Amino acid sequence: MSADAHGHHETNYVKIWAILVGLLVVSVLGPMLGHPVITLITAFGIALIKAYLVAKNFMHLNVEKPIVHWTLGAALVLMVLLYAGIMPDVGRASGERWKKNAGWHYHGTSPHSEHSEGAEKGKGEGATGH
Amino acid sequence: MKPIATTRSAMGIMTGKLAVYWVLVSEIVIFGGLLACYVMNRIAHVEWAEQAAHTNTWAGAFNTLILLSSSLSAVLAHQAAEKGNGKKAANLLYLTCLGGLVFLIVKSFEWTHEIKAGFTIQSSGFWAYYYTAAGLHAFHVIAGMLVMLWVASTAKKNQELHRVENVGIYWHFVDLVWIFLFPLLYIAK
Repeated sequence: MSADAHGHHETNYVKIWAILVGLLVVSVLGPMLGHPVITLITAFGIALIKAYLVAKNFMHLNVEKPIVHWTLGAALVLMVLLYAGIMPDVGRASGERWKKNAGWHYHGTSPHSEHSEGAEKGKGEGATGH
Repeated sequence: MKPIATTRSAMGIMTGKLAVYWVLVSEIVIFGGLLACYVMNRIAHVEWAEQAAHTNTWAGAFNTLILLSSSLSAVLAHQAAEKGNGKKAANLLYLTCLGGLVFLIVKSFEWTHEIKAGFTIQSSGFWAYYYTAAGLHAFHVIAGMLVMLWVASTAKKNQELHRVENVGIYWHFVDLVWIFLFPLLYIAK
């Protein structure tokens, strides 16, 4: 497809880049306020906006053929299905015959000393670990 | 004789470009699956935040800036290619590769520092995901750079200019993945 049909030449790419950099600054500074809701919005909300801007303006997905939207969309749906299908199990701390232990997942600020401690703990609880 | 990727248009889109999108579909499944599992475990293990506190936010932010800038040069290369200016497109692709190189250098310093501090891929669940996700992404950066250098070498001679857009689409996707990796690994503490 020609550039004119896409309308690429009208896009001010430097301006889009400047907006993306501005959003990056907000996403770094926002979480420094220490408020969980602000962190969630500035870190992940802004990541979604940045992704949208890149996909629309740099990848030109807004003017791409429907087949592209469908194929990419199908992959995204699969990802959501994976998450929705597994999360109810992964998110649980215990089940009918199992209990999740901290083990390998827990790690203190001093890696050398506490790693071995965590590993030992994990071994000890291995029988019931998930 | 021209390759089929440039002469055949399936579903109203050039075969070569469609193939790039199919690659991206597989990449969405790869990175999407990995990140979805990371998010699940991160939610299930609140103690991971303690580990995430050791990642260098400024290095991650600088690398985000580098990748966003390299995406700009990639899209400008595409613009130049559409105008038939292969030499300019090639130079912009080289600039994009330079961005990729800077990204990898920063990442290597970062990893060296973290490994020396004792945070290895075996330290904990968080660090296993951290090195796997960032490492897989870095591998994609390297692959993109290699392909881009090859595309630039032909674009410089004003040949196969459509490839500039194709490699650009891949590069923007690599940028997109990092846009999500950055808050997940560096900001959520």
